[in-house]
Amino acid sequence: MGKVGIIGVGQSSFVRGYPGSIRELAFEGFKEAMQDARIKTKDIGASIIASAPEYDKQRSPAGVIAEYLGLIPQPTFYVESICSSSSTALKVAYSMIKAGLHDVVAIIGFQKMSEISSSESQERMGRGADIQWEAPFGTMMPAYYAMYAQAHMDKYGTTLEDLARIRVKAATYGQINEKAVYRKPVSMEMFTDPESNFSAPVAKPLRVGDCCANADGSSCIILANEEKAKAMSKKPVWVLGIGAASETVNMAGRDLLTGLRAGIEAGKQAYAMAGVTPKDIDVAEVHDCFTIAEMMAYENLGFAQPGEGKDLIASKETYKEGSIPVNVDGGLLSKGHPIGATGGSQIRTIVLQLRDEAGEMQVKDPEIGLVHNIGGVGLYGNVTILGR
Amino acid sequence: MAKKEVDDRFKRFGTVSFTAITKTNDFIDYLEKGKVMGTKCKDCGALYFPPRSDCSKCLDSNMEWFEVSGTGKLLSFSELKYGPVGFEDDLPYIIALLDYGNHKVFGRISKDIPFEDLSIGMEFKTQTTTLPNGQLGYVFEKA
Repeated sequence: MGKVGIIGVGQSSFVRGYPGSIRELAFEGFKEAMQDARIKTKDIGASIIASAPEYDKQRSPAGVIAEYLGLIPQPTFYVESICSSSSTALKVAYSMIKAGLHDVVAIIGFQKMSEISSSESQERMGRGADIQWEAPFGTMMPAYYAMYAQAHMDKYGTTLEDLARIRVKAATYGQINEKAVYRKPVSMEMFTDPESNFSAPVAKPLRVGDCCANADGSSCIILANEEKAKAMSKKPVWVLGIGAASETVNMAGRDLLTGLRAGIEAGKQAYAMAGVTPKDIDVAEVHDCFTIAEMMAYENLGFAQPGEGKDLIASKETYKEGSIPVNVDGGLLSKGHPIGATGGSQIRTIVLQLRDEAGEMQVKDPEIGLVHNIGGVGLYGNVTILGR
Repeated sequence: MAKKEVDDRFKRFGTVSFTAITKTNDFIDYLEKGKVMGTKCKDCGALYFPPRSDCSKCLDSNMEWFEVSGTGKLLSFSELKYGPVGFEDDLPYIIALLDYGNHKVFGRISKDIPFEDLSIGMEFKTQTTTLPNGQLGYVFEKA
């Protein structure tokens, strides 16, 4: 059985208040990926559309978007695992190609979060957790992650300063990523300056500065079987490993509050499938919806021992020049987090890195990259390992 | 013909309930009686909180209720300064997770305990409460 390669990647700019409809937004990421792959719509055997539901008036967005992109009459359908929807779509596309059903599959992730207000958006995100038993207490994503932060700080002595360092790193690269929603620099002082909104608590201990930015955006990844990938692309990037896992939706069902079990499990699977170890990873994209999420990802993926994530960021090892560069495109924190588009954008970043086409963000000569994409509060874990 | 009665007791749970109909509706009646209850599988003995009507371990539906009693250790907590739509009047409030040894309970910490006084490992008890809007719930009080 041959390999599966990525032959095209694209994403829209991640913005606040995209001035267009969801199909027009999806078009932006798709067009860039098609130009990257230099193929025609008829070359694509099937499309998978990924987003988190309930942001749009449109029911079943797959058909509408596929039509707008010129992917009719090929099969199309919708997948979702909230924030990791497009990583899930990648796994499905990989399976379809491996099974020989299609030679080339396009996955299109999108989210137009600005269709609804910020508090409505928080309410919908909160309902990605248990609506029967937990949402009646007024839960929100930042508060759940804040509980992880509190537990991590208690067990390992992690500090708010350690978390702020992660946000400062994200902004270092958000400034040079022209597709990022937040392009301003961030300083450590902003987290202690009462005049800066970065210091304002959202869900203690997390502050505004610890939270990613909502954004509208789309992404597209085009995958092909080995034969087509070699014929169509000069620099195919190969899918080496895929891992996916789930965790209890209830906090009451969880036995670990200092890491995300589904992320740990997905990582183990992906490393085993790819036949590599954390030391082999040259560049990574991890799911930094909150600063604590990146801290836990360092430890859950084996870049640091449990409790030692703070040392990794303090020594700047996750900067571009460090031993394991992480989120050198600004991450969800600065680039923005348009839920359904996020995984595809992370994959795009790693593909560009492995092709040596990441411009100012380029890490020196990476051969193997990793994408860690979480859905909900660690409800779904997805890890993808790519190689050139 | 008499109109069929809908058992939607669960809509009374919490500040805003997103569920009305569930086979665990008796949970609400127990709250009214001052009891917070989980379920136990009569066949395999698995304990569930929050309660379930079906056992995922033995795939049976032979459950009985047990009362959440004694004290639980605080595993983690967070104080919300912003809330979702419908929770604005409750702000700020503290969500938390308690460990009772053989099960855990997710909920809110009593309003009279400030965030600064909390630390992981503290003991709490889970008590029923009637919310300002008349809804039913439970809250963690200092043990």
